[in-house]
Amino acid sequence: MLPLSWLLALSAALFCIGLFGVLSRKNAVAILLGVELMLNAVNINLVSFWRYGNFAQMSGQVFAIIVFAVAAAEVAVGLALVISVYRQRNTVIADDIDMMKW
Amino acid sequence: MSLAQIVFLVVAAVILGSALLVVTTRNLIHAALWLIVTLFGVAVLYALLNAGFLAVVQVVIYIGAIAILFIFAVMLTRADLRDRAPQLNRGWWLNIILALLTFGGLIWLFQSWTGFSKTAADIPAGFDAVAQLGNALISPTGYLLPFEVASVLLLAALVGAVYVAFSRK
Repeated sequence: MLPLSWLLALSAALFCIGLFGVLSRKNAVAILLGVELMLNAVNINLVSFWRYGNFAQMSGQVFAIIVFAVAAAEVAVGLALVISVYRQRNTVIADDIDMMKW
Repeated sequence: MSLAQIVFLVVAAVILGSALLVVTTRNLIHAALWLIVTLFGVAVLYALLNAGFLAVVQVVIYIGAIAILFIFAVMLTRADLRDRAPQLNRGWWLNIILALLTFGGLIWLFQSWTGFSKTAADIPAGFDAVAQLGNALISPTGYLLPFEVASVLLLAALVGAVYVAFSRK
């Protein structure tokens, strides 16, 4: 059977790849892709703690489902914002979106 | 090495490889397609962990809705797709160092915890995880309130998304 450590190492690595994407990408859509990777890493953690802990209690899976809902909401609003900004400024480069910078 | 371990190693290699491509590919459509590969790998991982319902939800919601939404967004903002400028910020090597430090820190933190190398207990034959999950989601002593709050959040986010993206002529 799998040791828990493998799953935790995988999710830590996935989280760090997502972190790198969020920090280094210029395109706002690509930044959101990085956020998705990080959310998936969190979900892997939640599900593996459910499986390796007391699996008769469903907390881990319930948390993962709520993370799904929040991720869907985040993507819908985030991409709507990107499209709205693109319409007004004709750019999706995060550095150029500086309307709120005084 | 057991079969589950071999499957896990293959899936982990697929997940990490495609995730690296997601954050480094120049063409954003390709990045979104690689994201689908990553999400599918995670779904296989859920199935491996006996969370069958979550594996299905992962495919339906993440691949079926979120990844397609990404592809739509990339296509609607197509002018920046063939970017002349580099795709990464100037300090990207610093971000690599930061990500590696985070990874090292997490692993160091995990391995100082006693439950780190624990293995899973077998699930008894009569245990129905999907029924348990459904009960937990709708029982008032379980997670009824967070479940309802999540649905209100989803509704508010969708209304907000339509409002923000709506073009006023």
